[in-house]
Amino acid sequence: MPRLLFEKKGNAVWISHLDLMRLFQRAFKRAGLPLTHTQGFNPRPSVSIALPLSVGVESGCELLDFDLDGVIIPCKDIMERLNCALTDGVRVLDVYENGAKIKHLSYLDCCLTLEYDRGVAAGTVENMKALFCRDEVIVEKKGKNGIVEQNIIPMIRNLTVEQAGEKEVKIHARVCCQNPSLNPMQLSAAIDKYLPEVKPDFVRCCRVEVYDEQENVFR
Amino acid sequence: MTNLLQRILPTVQKPARYTGGEWGEIKKNLEDVRVRVAFCFPDTYEIGMSNLGMRILYGVMNEMDGVWCERVFAPWGDMEDAMREHNLPLWALESQNAVKDFDMIAFTIGYEMAYSNILNMLNLAGVPLHAKDRQGLKNMVFAGGVCAFNPEPLAEFIDFFSLGEGEEITVEIVALYDKAKAEEWSKERFLREVAKIPGVYVPSLYRHEYNADGTLSAIVPLEGAPETVTKRIVEDLDNAYWPTKMIVPSTEIVHDRANLEVFRGCIRGCRFCQAGFSCRPVRKKSPEVLYKQAMETMEYSGHNEITLSSLSTSDYRGLKELTDELIPYCAENRINLSVPSLRADNFSRELMEKLQTVRKSGLTFAPEAGTQRLRDVINKNLTEDEILNTCANAFSGGWNNVKLYFMLGLPTETDEDVLGIAELVYKVIKTWQANAVNKKRGLRVHVATAYFVPKPHTPFQWEKQITPEEYLRRCRLLKSHFYSKSITYDYHGPDLSRLEAVFARGDRRLGPVIEEAVKNGAKLDGWDEYFNYSKWFDALNECGIDADFYTTRGYGEDEVLPWDTIDVGVKKKFLLKERHRAYEATVTPDCRHGCAGCGANCLLKEVECDA
Repeated sequence: MPRLLFEKKGNAVWISHLDLMRLFQRAFKRAGLPLTHTQGFNPRPSVSIALPLSVGVESGCELLDFDLDGVIIPCKDIMERLNCALTDGVRVLDVYENGAKIKHLSYLDCCLTLEYDRGVAAGTVENMKALFCRDEVIVEKKGKNGIVEQNIIPMIRNLTVEQAGEKEVKIHARVCCQNPSLNPMQLSAAIDKYLPEVKPDFVRCCRVEVYDEQENVFR
Repeated sequence: MTNLLQRILPTVQKPARYTGGEWGEIKKNLEDVRVRVAFCFPDTYEIGMSNLGMRILYGVMNEMDGVWCERVFAPWGDMEDAMREHNLPLWALESQNAVKDFDMIAFTIGYEMAYSNILNMLNLAGVPLHAKDRQGLKNMVFAGGVCAFNPEPLAEFIDFFSLGEGEEITVEIVALYDKAKAEEWSKERFLREVAKIPGVYVPSLYRHEYNADGTLSAIVPLEGAPETVTKRIVEDLDNAYWPTKMIVPSTEIVHDRANLEVFRGCIRGCRFCQAGFSCRPVRKKSPEVLYKQAMETMEYSGHNEITLSSLSTSDYRGLKELTDELIPYCAENRINLSVPSLRADNFSRELMEKLQTVRKSGLTFAPEAGTQRLRDVINKNLTEDEILNTCANAFSGGWNNVKLYFMLGLPTETDEDVLGIAELVYKVIKTWQANAVNKKRGLRVHVATAYFVPKPHTPFQWEKQITPEEYLRRCRLLKSHFYSKSITYDYHGPDLSRLEAVFARGDRRLGPVIEEAVKNGAKLDGWDEYFNYSKWFDALNECGIDADFYTTRGYGEDEVLPWDTIDVGVKKKFLLKERHRAYEATVTPDCRHGCAGCGANCLLKEVECDA
């Protein structure tokens, strides 16, 4: 099945996963690209997005699988036509005739920007580094069966903390994104819980890249 | 640093409704803009974006050179709390600029219980509530929509009202404002001049005088204002502005589909229905124009559903021609064609079967009353045979779901009429037993009753509303006669409809009540999550207003009515005649079987009434 790579930025980050699927279904229609439909009582255009992105999180590496009905259109044309039919903040970066199997999708790189309106306190970066070097950092996770506690450390592949200007700290991390998966915002939750004295005023989160088991870029 | 709004957004439900940026949104370069209009819808984004009138006028204003119209909606409670906590004033979606910086602030009002939202939105915007406290041309507040046909409860807040269909009048109003702004007119001069535009009602140019018993004694026009203001209509719908490039929301709204209006007005004359009288005369749109607009709309929006809307789509003369063309196009492009408010006639049944090839929706009837006598009183020309025949057809076609809507408290209603509802429901169940092809799934009959609200500009505009206690007694009486497990019966508490009745026929003395209720925290009254009768009850008491005066009292036929200044085309004499025919249970045939002489055709100069 063909796959496309897209980014979700600006105000588009506030569009939910389900709304984004609808948005793409309509964009395909506007672009004159007919999608195949699912079978069943309520046939739906077949688009699926690999890893649902939390509302408010920016991404430069979203993957969407789709299936065109009958017609064969070059990937480059699909990209151009879709980009003319998409709203601000959602942009197709590339289109592939066939994507790798989703089950091989294993890691993702993320970047957290921690904002401190009154400046970054001394020792913040060091304390954070130390926190993520522990063997166990337990954070609550809301699951289908209520709140569960989980140790996030085994799901962090690597992580760096650096100060960026007077008022920002940036955390770059590579984390597991399938079986098990770590929501990058859990890193921020860990800071709030373990280092309440350096709780930021606001956190921005961005998904940067996705990888397979061998940590090769996943497409 | 991330700005305040972006920091608030993660903390509220459905943040996408506050950011704009949808497909089809219109942005303009501020250097080219002379008049900025904040078009406010006094309810949430999901409701407002489903409103066709707003979409039309958004397009109309943005077609104007030098004018930029942006959208504003009422925030949900969580967003309002955050805005108040952080002193973030209400903004418009397109530019994200504060509403208080706009030249004109427009509201479209379709529902009395949105009045609290209007005041709350002005308050959130930081704009003075009272017209007299807004000096100069800046923040000129005007309003239109069905509620403008009795705008008196809002008289002290809104600078002027635009009556009727807005395609032409809105352009005239905004153009005059453009001139006034360029020539630096005073607000008083602008209001005097805008009052000269046919269809504009400036409440400050009228003095209301009262009798000792509280009824109106006179409405006195001031400064040469016209005695009555006649609503505006568009005569030629084929050539009227129609927005085929409509905004496609990025988040789900209530009516998440393309919408095509097939004609305006109504031939039916149900005596309780405000739209049925106030939207006359009947004007058609040709199937060719509609087909072309449907194509353009679908191609631009990418929607997978389109709905043909009007007050009674079965009465559209070109329905067969239009659907014969649309059905193949929709099937080929996997578009759902939905045709709501079909009547229970033969053609509609055939059409329903054809539409089924796309998807099977529910079956809904609004007989409104349980007995033929009462249906004759209200002039609802729907017979029991029609209902049962359509049900029989539907059940044999595999439907197992019926919704039936009624009103309680209609004029002349007796317990016999109430129990007639139960009888009709049993006949529907019997019809299912006789016709259903698959009885395993069982039948669901959903029955809902509403509390009758007398509305201005209808034959029932003088009627008493029954008391809330009596309404509840009738609900319980009906409920005690539903024995079958197939029936789900819903009735709402009487409070909301009682308030709706107060404001629908209200006068200027209700302004302080709305203001007080909003001060008490009233907002989003159309939502169960927020509606709180005690806030309104307290406000009525605080202002010394007796709700019964507007509800259970009834209005005298000789009484000066608060909305007498407003002319919707249908003559008062006709409404009165219809009222008396109601008492005799005499039906008035629909306009197609002979003109009943309502008078609305006098609004037409170029074309004839298409009833």
